[in-house]
Amino acid sequence: MIDFISRLFNKDTSSKDVARERLRLVLIHDRSTVSPELIGALKADLIEVIQQYMDIDVESLIVNLENDDDTMALIANIPVRSLKRAI
Amino acid sequence: MSGKVLVITSGKGGVGKTTTTANLGTALAMLDKKTVLVDTDIGLRNLDVVLGLENRIVFDIVDVVNDICRLQQALIKDKRFESLFLLPAAQTKDKTAVTPHQMRNLTNELRQEFDFVLVDCPAGIEQGFKNAIAGADGALVVATPEVSSVRDADRIVGLLEATGLRNSQLIINRLRPKMVRRGDMMDIEDIIDILAIELLGVVPEDEAIVISTNRGEPAVMNNSSLAGEAYRRIARRITGEKVAMYNLEDNENIMARFMRMLKLAR
Repeated sequence: MIDFISRLFNKDTSSKDVARERLRLVLIHDRSTVSPELIGALKADLIEVIQQYMDIDVESLIVNLENDDDTMALIANIPVRSLKRAI
Repeated sequence: MSGKVLVITSGKGGVGKTTTTANLGTALAMLDKKTVLVDTDIGLRNLDVVLGLENRIVFDIVDVVNDICRLQQALIKDKRFESLFLLPAAQTKDKTAVTPHQMRNLTNELRQEFDFVLVDCPAGIEQGFKNAIAGADGALVVATPEVSSVRDADRIVGLLEATGLRNSQLIINRLRPKMVRRGDMMDIEDIIDILAIELLGVVPEDEAIVISTNRGEPAVMNNSSLAGEAYRRIARRITGEKVAMYNLEDNENIMARFMRMLKLAR
């Protein structure tokens, strides 16, 4: 009762709002983590496509999914050895 | 005849998968649907005690998939309902004793004979989970209104989708209306918003569940149990009937209602 009255007067966030907000954040993170298998498959496909246009250093190619609070980005670092002759 | 295979799963342990399986199975049998409950929690079998059938087990699911006995020999007939059967888990083996392929064959055999095949899934996302979902047409995801349970349910929904089960339905278990009104428990909308799956039903926290589990008699047999009533409604929805959500506010007293109005008006 006292708890209720105090809540009536000061706008404390209720514990369920805290729960909902924490869940929202943790799920953004959970949902953004992708399996190493998926990244591996993506890498293989990228290499195949890019190699049609240029000679790349497959060994030092890096592909990563990075997230920043609310946004997500696929960051790829692909060293190019040489361009192919114009078709 | 080709029955429906539904897996009851949650990710997190202790949220009420087995209780849900026992109650929905019993409620479906009460609706004259021929129903079999399959306990896939190998090594930690529990569905038999919740149903009060622990003394009747001779063979189990591992015996069936290894052809040690025929399926019919392992099925235990419920003592109260003609159309309810249990296929118990093995207690002495581990979760690798059955493969997803064997599970698919087993559920396909069962669906020839039953209207509903309810598969009680073990906690976790390892082999036991993969086995339990292998032969399912749909999944009922059980979650309690807690951060840990909802988080695990989200992961489970993702894993189910990855294996092609895209029609998961949610059962919110152990909701405490008083705490929700006080703002100390996530409400139904919060949880549906987060998980973004269809809601099949809400089961309130109810002491009758503990009592009925003590006795080995599912709460759906008790007409005065709120949880029992909620499970009976969910069972009717499973059969395709449109049933209104049970109004959890009914037990609210006048004073509480007045206080809530005050709060809304502020």
